[in-house]
Order: sequence, then structure tokens, then C-alpha cells
Amino acid sequence: MTSAPFFDAPVSALRRALDEKDISSVELASLFLDRIEAFDSGLNAFITVDRERALADARAADERIARKGTGALTGIPLAYKDVFCTEGMLTTCASKMLSNFVSPYDAHAVTLLKQAGTVNLGKTNMDECAMGSSSETSYYGPVKNPWNPAHVSGGSSGGSAAAVAARLAPIAAGSDTGGSVRQPAAFCGITGIKATYGLISRFGMIAYASSLDQAGVFGASASDCALLLSAMTGFDPRDSTSLDRPTENYAAAIEAPSPNPARPLDGLTIGVPDEFFSEGLGDETRAAIEQALAQYRALGASTRKIALPNARLAIPVCYVIAMAEASSNLSRFDGVRYGHRAAEYADLVDMYCKSRSEGFGAEVQRRILAGTFVLSHGYYDAYYLQAQKLRRLITEDFKRAFAECDLIAAPTAPVTAWPLGAMSDDPVQMYLADIYTTPVNLAGLPGLSHPCGFDTAGLPIGLQLIGDYFSESRLLAATHRFQQATDWHLRRPAIARTSA
Amino acid sequence: MSRSDWEVVIGLEIHAQLNTASKIFSGASTAFGAPPNEQACAIDIALPGTLPVLNRGAVERAIRFGLALGARVAPKSVFARKNYFYPDLPGGYQISQFELPVVQGGAITIWVGEGENAYEKSVRLTRAHLEEDAGKSLHEDFHGMSGIDLNRAGMPLLEIVSEPDMRSSAEAVAYARALHALVRWINICDGNMQEGSFRCDANVSVRKKGTQPLGTRREIKNLNSFRFLQQAIDYETGWQIETLEDGGRFEQSTVLFDPATGQTRMMRSKEDAHDYRYFPNPDLLPLVIEPEWIEQVRATMPELPAAMKSRFERELGLSAQDASALTSAKEVADYFQAALAATGDVHAKLCANWVMGELAARLNRASLEIASAPVSPPQLAGLLLRIADGSISNAIARKVFEALWNNEGKDADDIIERQGLKQVTDNSAIEAMVDEAIAANPKSVEEFRAGKEKALNALVGQVMKVSRGKANPAQVNELMRRRLGI
Repeated sequence: MTSAPFFDAPVSALRRALDEKDISSVELASLFLDRIEAFDSGLNAFITVDRERALADARAADERIARKGTGALTGIPLAYKDVFCTEGMLTTCASKMLSNFVSPYDAHAVTLLKQAGTVNLGKTNMDECAMGSSSETSYYGPVKNPWNPAHVSGGSSGGSAAAVAARLAPIAAGSDTGGSVRQPAAFCGITGIKATYGLISRFGMIAYASSLDQAGVFGASASDCALLLSAMTGFDPRDSTSLDRPTENYAAAIEAPSPNPARPLDGLTIGVPDEFFSEGLGDETRAAIEQALAQYRALGASTRKIALPNARLAIPVCYVIAMAEASSNLSRFDGVRYGHRAAEYADLVDMYCKSRSEGFGAEVQRRILAGTFVLSHGYYDAYYLQAQKLRRLITEDFKRAFAECDLIAAPTAPVTAWPLGAMSDDPVQMYLADIYTTPVNLAGLPGLSHPCGFDTAGLPIGLQLIGDYFSESRLLAATHRFQQATDWHLRRPAIARTSA
Repeated sequence: MSRSDWEVVIGLEIHAQLNTASKIFSGASTAFGAPPNEQACAIDIALPGTLPVLNRGAVERAIRFGLALGARVAPKSVFARKNYFYPDLPGGYQISQFELPVVQGGAITIWVGEGENAYEKSVRLTRAHLEEDAGKSLHEDFHGMSGIDLNRAGMPLLEIVSEPDMRSSAEAVAYARALHALVRWINICDGNMQEGSFRCDANVSVRKKGTQPLGTRREIKNLNSFRFLQQAIDYETGWQIETLEDGGRFEQSTVLFDPATGQTRMMRSKEDAHDYRYFPNPDLLPLVIEPEWIEQVRATMPELPAAMKSRFERELGLSAQDASALTSAKEVADYFQAALAATGDVHAKLCANWVMGELAARLNRASLEIASAPVSPPQLAGLLLRIADGSISNAIARKVFEALWNNEGKDADDIIERQGLKQVTDNSAIEAMVDEAIAANPKSVEEFRAGKEKALNALVGQVMKVSRGKANPAQVNELMRRRLGI
């Protein structure tokens, strides 16, 4: 058996190779930096790549490895969605507004990963201010799907997903407000998990919608995701919504031996909500999901129908809340202290108007306006307050469901990656593509997407698993068992099979 | 129709800056006077990705305030965002409390006016809520530009909102003074008005006496002294009455007071008012205050002015007005109690008279606060003991007091001894002086004998003069009358 090239090796294999000096961290970083240089022009997955900084990180990691002071991720390269503030480095949120913003501090998650000894390859492209489902609204141009560059990567964390799928980075961090980790993971044929709200500190993640935003990770497998997620979680007193609970080692948890190796998922009940398989779901996606469920049953899990009657309301509820919070969160981008300021203006109001009109793209402006509207005097009760009430109903649906099952399975998205520009004129159509992912953010639950097939055009299909609060271990373990028995997660686009 | 047919209705909103070491949502220092923007951290300047964390010290101070006012300390309150754009508001929103404030209700008793016409009144509070301050815009220092100083951004404020219970500028000032004394009394605010630690907004409306509905109100913003508060309300009241009497009307609006002209002028009308788009701040969890926390805070509360006032009336036999004056500020009460204790807890009335009389007047002349009075409470007590035991007269006591003030001796006894001020009570010595005075002033004697009572005072005064004030006045009076054969 020939082993995979280093750029396509699991993180655990990279760990061994680094510890056994088969490769140095500097060599590993160079390998990925060279791949980025060779291939990213066709994908546009990165906004900023800082070779010198990455190599400096790698040299430091090599020193740690020499001292045998390594953790699971010491010397492992990774990429960050450009919502994560990185000290001394451009942090743009893919917006012209922040195209000149060099953060003076690190996000909490970045600090943790630095301490773990990771190597920062660069900052990945995304929808502007994380607002979009296709990574097309970026000031730096759209991200292209590694499986077919004429198609979108999904969004908003499309750059991170595309980078991992194309093996320009072994693992990457993203953020998920309404599906922004799970949906691009599905579109790019990789595994992505969004944590329970409060598990990963939001400090230093540029906010889109504070009550929905939560970081997530991308990897080629549940195993890779588990390693990265374990290193990013932990209580942070600087985030009032951060949860003070012991950290878990997800990587160790998913490796726990099963008493019944033939049926490792014996006793696991997977709920299947009717509402997620109704009108609008593509036939090929439906077939792939049903096949994946059959596989789960073969692994010992049982499936049962459950009801999430209010989930159909998730799109309007999620968008009302997200836009309302965004309209306020983005007020700080006024051109006064940092960020883009118009070159000429008549007075203060003119400065605000011009700076913000020039600095934000159409989709961001649309959401700020809609969010401002729903919070306005006379409309607040009908929109924002109503949305919060419905949010509670959706949350209660999940609570009832988890009394009957351990995990919920559903499609990640109703369709596969669409052609670039196909939905750009119809924002609402694009919002509707988040139908299966948004309920999870509203409830604050963890959610995962893993590859489970392809459509006839050769584009990946993702299965979404939703767990109860803090069930990341269970989500990753179930996916790990699935991936031990299947090879969907090993399929690679041509670009990821090519050496630089 | 005249001004006396109208009634003014006033409600105050007071911003008290809480004396925490760090800001309400960040770790930056709250010390006053740092160079611009040196006390503004990443959170205060609203860098992307930063988040607020509530300072528990600010909450504790709000609880103290609630307990002091007999208000409800809300078991759950909510921080909201008040959204508007201004360069000194870095986040584009102010974090404040809107629908659910931390302190709800409560009342404070105020003492209005002086002397015969003084009266007590209770003013109800609507609420008090926690919020952050904005920064400062500096429009003068930079040609063609404005400077922004964000040191003040994120300073912890307690906004205290009264019911429209006040009916004159004097009541408004008495209320503001009472609150000012209280926040210092319970040590939640330094009360420094020059530095903006205690600022008042006044909502003023007028209505015909005997009518119920409130008139249209105008809000006077940012009054940073009691004098301005009074002037602004008086001017505004006059302006509203005149306008209405002339058949005019005005809109609900916000006005500014110009201390230079003594006038108020329009800042913005109701139509220009912002739609602040309040909504709960998703970065902060609801503020939950468990009963145990309230009890912990209660255990650290000092005796409050109202309780102390009734104790002074009950246990010391002081009048309501005296008791009220002595509890008008913590430093005054502290001084009084220390002096009284040093007399052995007797002579309360004498002590009260001296603290509110001679001492207050002398401090006033010297523009000093009582805490920095040159005469210490034990020194005053020493003086009071000599008055009480008849060693010195009141007139001599004032001399001794002045000498103590000027540090001419370590205590009253020292000064009395050194300057030979001890009262003469020896009958024969006084008799000699009385005889001398009678001999030297035959005219006064004659007048007195003719029935002119006042002439006696002149004779007694003569003795006091000769004794340089040391003769016991009561004894002089008695001996004089005896010698004159009455």
C-alpha cells in the first residue's frame, strides 16, 4: 500500500511524520505554500498568504518538535477564514471596508491554535462579512469549487472549504451563522462541523449575527476535524456567551473501541425529520441521503421518523434575527477609527454615507437595510420580536426530538453547488438554500456535514448530522464510523490529486 | 393671567458615574485626566471582533443604590443596544438598559428651602439603569477637524430617572442635591460635577394650576452644576409660560442651556429624534441578581441618611431640620458624630449648632470642604466641653475656635490657658468691675432707673469689655441688677 502524499495525509499521519522527522514543519508548510501558489489562482480560496510568517511559525514548531514538546497540532499547517482576527496581519472579512485593516490582536481561537504550535498558512476568502451562501460576494472575487471551478464553493466559509478540498491546507477554521461551515463542506465534498453555541469563544471573530455566530472547522475527515476542534474550544472570560465547562478531547473520544466492531453504532438512534425531506429537495440528494441512512443502519444505528414542525419557519426567522443583529454589529464600520473612509465628503453624514456605500457591497448593504427596518419603531414587534418567539418554538422542537433520538440526520443543502452567478440576481432563492442548516443555529446546536455521494454532474453531496448540546463527540464518532466503512471522504477533485 | 396661575412639573434624569476602577464592559482604567485615548482599549474603540464583559463592581453599585432608595433590585435585567451614529460612539450603539432596568421604583425624601418655610417632600424614582458613557468630541482644538477622545467611552454610568414629582426649581435642586449626597454617602460615585461624574437632564413642562394632564415637555440636557440646574429650569419655565400666554405653542424637544446667556435653546425637535432601534444586546446574557448577592451587598451598607436622621431626632433630641442638615452629606454626618463622641456623647444640640453654625460659616468663607477642616472633631469637642462647663462664654469660644483654626494651639484648653481666656466666675472680682462700671456711667444708671431696660445692656457690655469677654455674662447680669437695687 502506497501512503498518501503529505499534502493529502490525515493530520494524525502528519503528526507521526513530523515526530519521526520524516518531514519538518518547514517542509510541510512549504509544501502547502507551494500548492497555494500553484493552484489558488484558479480557486481564489485565499485573501492573504504570508509565506514568511508561516515559515516562522513552522521553524518555531520544528524547535518544539526537537524538544519533544509537541501537542497534536504542533507543526500542522492550517488556514483561517478571514473573520478571525490575526495579530499583525490583514483581517478583511472579505470587505473593501476592512481591506486596510491589520488587526492588533489575535482572536481567542487563534491564540489557542498558536499555543498548540500550528502554522498559519493564511486567511481564506468568504462572502463579504460572512453574508452569503456561495462565497461570491467577496470584495476579492468569488471562490471557485475545486470539483468544478465553474461552480460555487458554497458559503460563507467557501475559501476554507475549497482550500481543504483542494489540499491547499490540511485543515481550516470557519464560522457558521446559518450554515456557513456545513454547506460549503457539503459543496466541496469534505467534513465540516459547527460547534455548540458558546463552545468556541467568539472573541476576535468579526461578528455577523452575535446570537447565531459560532466557529467551526473543516477537514478531510471527522478525525481531522476532531483534532482541530479539540484545540479551539475552551472557556474564554472575554466572551460573555462562552461556556465554562471542561474541554473535551474529541480525537480520543472517536477512537474509543466499540464492543461490537461489526455494528459499532449499535444502540444509536438517528431521527429523520419528515420536514427536511419535503418539496424542494433534489432527487439526487435525496437518494444519496437515503443511501447514507441505510449505511448507518448497516453499522448498527436505527432510524426513526421525528417531527420538527416549526423548522420550516427557520429561514425567515434566522434572516430577520441575523440581519437585525448585523445592522447593529456593522455600525462600527464607519470610517472614523479604522477601515475604509471615502476620499472626499462634505460633512459628517456625508462621510458616513460615502464611506459605507463605497466600503460595503450590495448584499451587505441589503442586509443592513433590512435589519435596520425590522428593528425600527413600529416594526420591531412584528418582525424582530416575532422572530424571537418563533426561535423559541424551533428550539423546543429540537428539545422534543432529542428525547426520542440521539442524532438527527438530514440533507445539508437541498441542492449541490450551483454555477457561479446562477443565484446572484435572486437573493431570496439563495437564502432558501439554507433551509436545512438555519434551524440548527437558531437552537444553538452543533451540526456536522460529511460527504455521502455525488450528483450526476460529479458535484459532492453532504449529509448533515445534528446533535444535542455538547454532543460534538457523538457527531464526530458517528461520522468516523461511517467514514471507516465508506470512502466518500477519500474522493478528491483532480486538483487535490496533482502535485505542485 | 399671571405666572402664579401656572404650575411647573419637573422630572430629572441624572447620570452618576460609578467609581469602579475599570470600565463597565472593558478592563481599561477609569482614572480621570489621562491624555486623550490613552485609556481606550480594543473594546472601547470597538475594534472588529471585540466583545463586552460586564463589570460586576458596577452591578454591585447599582444594587447599593437600589437598597438605599428602597427600590426593587430586579432579579433579571437586560442590556440593550441603543443604535445611533456619532464619531464618539465607537460601536455605533450605546449599551444601556431599556425595557428591564436593574433598579425599579424607590423614593427619596428631600428637604426644600430654609428656615420657617422649609418643608419635607418625597420624590419617587421611576428607575435606575446601568449603561456605558460615550467618548468626547473636541471641536475647538483642531482646525477644520474634530478630535475624538475615547477615554470616557465605556465609563460606567447609573442613569437615575425620577417621576415628574417636582414643582419648582428649588425642589429639583433639593432632589439633585439629595441624590448627589446619597451616591457619595453609599460610595458609588465621587460626585465630582466639574469632571462630569454627576450630570443632570431636566424634563420641564407647565400646566394651569388645578389641571391634571401634563403639558408638552422640553428636556434640558447636560446640566453640570446645581446653579445651572436652577437657572435653566427657571428660564425654561418662564419661556414656556410666556410662549403659552402669548397664544403660542411649542413641540416636545430637547434644548441646551447656555450658561453665558442664562437661556435655553433648541437642540432638536421630536421629529428629528432618533429611532434608536433598541434591542437586547446578544453579546451579553441577561443580568441575573440572586437574592444572596443582594444580601451580601446589604451587609456592607452604611447607615443611610434617612435612618441616621430619625436616630438623631429620636436619640439626640435634635429637630427634624437640624437632623436633616447634619445628614445632608456623609462628611458632615461623620464630622458631627466624631465630635459628639469626643464630648462623651453629650451636648448634641450644642455640637449640632457649632457644626452647622460657626464651622459651616468658617468653611464657607475659606471655601473648604468639611473633610479638610483645620479644626478636627476632637478639637471642636474640647471647645464644646469648655462652653458646657462654663469655662468660657460663647463669645470667647468663637475666639478660641478661630485660634484653633489658625493652629495657634493643640486644643481648646491649651489656647484658653495660653491666651488667658478662662471665664472669670469669682463673685468679688466681678463685683469690683460692676461697681466700676456703675461709677463710670452715671447716665446709663439714671436711664435704667427711669425704666429704660436697655440701659442695663450697656452697663453689662461695659463689664464684658473691661473683662475682655471673660466675665460670666449671667453672673454680671445678676450682680448688676443686685447693685442697682432691683
